[in-house]
Amino acid sequence: MTTMSYIEAVTSALDNVLAEDPKTLIFGEDVGKNGGVFRATQGLQDEFGEDRVFDTPLAESGILGLSIGLAATGWRPIPEIQFSPFSFEAADSLIGQMSRNRFRTAGDIAQPITVRSPYGGGTHTAELHSDSIEHVFAGVPGLRVVAPSSAYDAKGLLVSSIENNDPVLFLEHLKLYRSIKEDVPEDIYRIPLDKANVVRQGTDITLVAYGAMVHECVKAAEELAKDGIAAEVIDLRTISPIDTDTIFASVDKTSRLVVVQEAQNMAGVGAHVVTEVAENRILSLEAPIGRVSAPDSVYPFAVDEHAWLPDASKIVAKAREVLSY
Amino acid sequence: MSDTTATAPVVDFAAIKAGLGEDYDNPFQVLDENHRVVNQEVFDTFTDDQLVHFMEIMLRERILHEQTTVFSKQGRLGFYAPTLGQEASQLGSVTAFQPQDYLFPSYRDLPQMIEHGAITPAQGFLWSRGHVQGNRMADGHRSWFPQIIIGAQHIAAAGAALGLKKNGEDAVAFSYSGDGSTSQGDTYEGLNFAGAFQAPLVMIIQNNGWAISVPRDYQTHTRTLAQKAVAAGVPSVQVDGMDILAVHAVAKAARDFAAAGNGPVMIETLTYRFGAHSSAGDDPSRYRTHEQEQPWFDKDPLNRLRELLTEKDLWSAEHEAELKDAYKKEFRAAIKEAEAAPHQTVTEFLTNTFEEPTPNIVKQLEEAAAAEAEEK
Repeated sequence: MTTMSYIEAVTSALDNVLAEDPKTLIFGEDVGKNGGVFRATQGLQDEFGEDRVFDTPLAESGILGLSIGLAATGWRPIPEIQFSPFSFEAADSLIGQMSRNRFRTAGDIAQPITVRSPYGGGTHTAELHSDSIEHVFAGVPGLRVVAPSSAYDAKGLLVSSIENNDPVLFLEHLKLYRSIKEDVPEDIYRIPLDKANVVRQGTDITLVAYGAMVHECVKAAEELAKDGIAAEVIDLRTISPIDTDTIFASVDKTSRLVVVQEAQNMAGVGAHVVTEVAENRILSLEAPIGRVSAPDSVYPFAVDEHAWLPDASKIVAKAREVLSY
Repeated sequence: MSDTTATAPVVDFAAIKAGLGEDYDNPFQVLDENHRVVNQEVFDTFTDDQLVHFMEIMLRERILHEQTTVFSKQGRLGFYAPTLGQEASQLGSVTAFQPQDYLFPSYRDLPQMIEHGAITPAQGFLWSRGHVQGNRMADGHRSWFPQIIIGAQHIAAAGAALGLKKNGEDAVAFSYSGDGSTSQGDTYEGLNFAGAFQAPLVMIIQNNGWAISVPRDYQTHTRTLAQKAVAAGVPSVQVDGMDILAVHAVAKAARDFAAAGNGPVMIETLTYRFGAHSSAGDDPSRYRTHEQEQPWFDKDPLNRLRELLTEKDLWSAEHEAELKDAYKKEFRAAIKEAEAAPHQTVTEFLTNTFEEPTPNIVKQLEEAAAAEAEEK
């Protein structure tokens, strides 16, 4: 065990899989000699050579197209999109191509590609760097979307994503990169995909979140605990597909639910959680489902993003509303 | 306070503009429209057997097109993009590649997939009908399925070319698209990536003059499409796409160049789509006149080679009639084979989405399997 930040855990996972599987390749803009704009690939080119870790021209569509063809010739690409909102440039590669090539060929063409990409607010980035656009990709059949909230999960989920034989969009939260540190094994380990994690046990209300909002939910749970309210916090970890079984079991126990996301309210991952619970567990509920999400405006200008981002206080307020119904 | 003295412009953009693409002005040709050999040296590289083979496969493609049109009108096929007129462009090029080379076709390039050995004609019909078996390549045959998203084949092909290079294989990737595709970002990105990585890609632009109803001159102000490769630092050539010998010779040279580790090549074939854009209701008489089309009909790639072979006593009308009958029989059997393919099921659709089904798919599979069992 070593104390690692979230981004160090990402680097550690990449280091482990490059050592374990000679067919893995890391590439993207500035991921080579520079070690990535956030140092996620720090030292990897020195260790594994330019054949395994290399820079590409500045073109996201080309980068993901490159991944598709490399996978077709036996490689396991781990491309990086420098910031998640730049994925729009490569939307066809993600939505129109790699996610459906197995389906198109009845399994003849596998696409073991893990697209790493940072996202998320709270670090005062320039425009179109922090937007949460995961819901655009969460609705794509054939594509898994993973969004870890902790350093331990980031490493274990990234290893599992890379070893999976289908494409995974792996979203790394910018604010969490250096703000959290925890004990992480240096050796390779795996966390299963498609499984949520109960990060805090509780009996009175269920809080479901992913990414940075998991930490806000934990803070909210601590605040509620002061009043003797035991909130259960579920980290989805994989946001497409979502692990409904874990959510249903919790709702059966607590009878109350608040769904939290950093993204805007409309058509998000949270809306899907609400729908699943409404369809399958409406009779377990003692109150309407609460939602905490960002306003339906464009992602805010940097200096005032905190006025816009959901946080623990908004979660506490919503939880009290649901609890007092 | 302006200076009225006449001086040369700082940069003579007018002169630069006039000269753009002038290096590409003469398309490569071996056999001209009057079936005269205009490049004896290249012509002599072909054996009589090869010339006859080219004629046979072009005839087969033409009969495939004719039969496809018939089957389409009978409602036995779905989407189909006619190939009439492009036989030399399609088959002259694909025959220059080796079985280990990775083909990335567009939706109009099924003849190349068949010639490359990746699919049977029955599978071509299954693709048209909308059946997964049309997308499954014969074992060990390297081809992508027909790409519907224009330009996407080129970025994937650049990746495959890099993969083949990293594998140390004596193999190249080769990709096809039309004149309209050269306006797409992915076409440029694919060529530029292959160039930056010096990956063995041969990109073939089949310029048939039209992207559905939009003429080629509306796509770009460039004098040729071949010159667009300059932007990627990639060598390119424009070739008479109605001359199968010219297309083959150029494609073979491109394949050899790329396979030898010299990076990618782009080829522009000047060809013509004699018919509609697709079977989906396109009517070329809405945007093309007979006067525009006649000069291209006069360049029919089959006529050109047929005349030459007949003069050399290597071809006869009787032989052609026999072949036509044989091809018709082959394709009539193929459509029946396609029609006999088992129906696809929702359980198959769900199963084929992931290698390891996700929890939502597991649940939906149970429901679909139960519903399908009830139907039986």
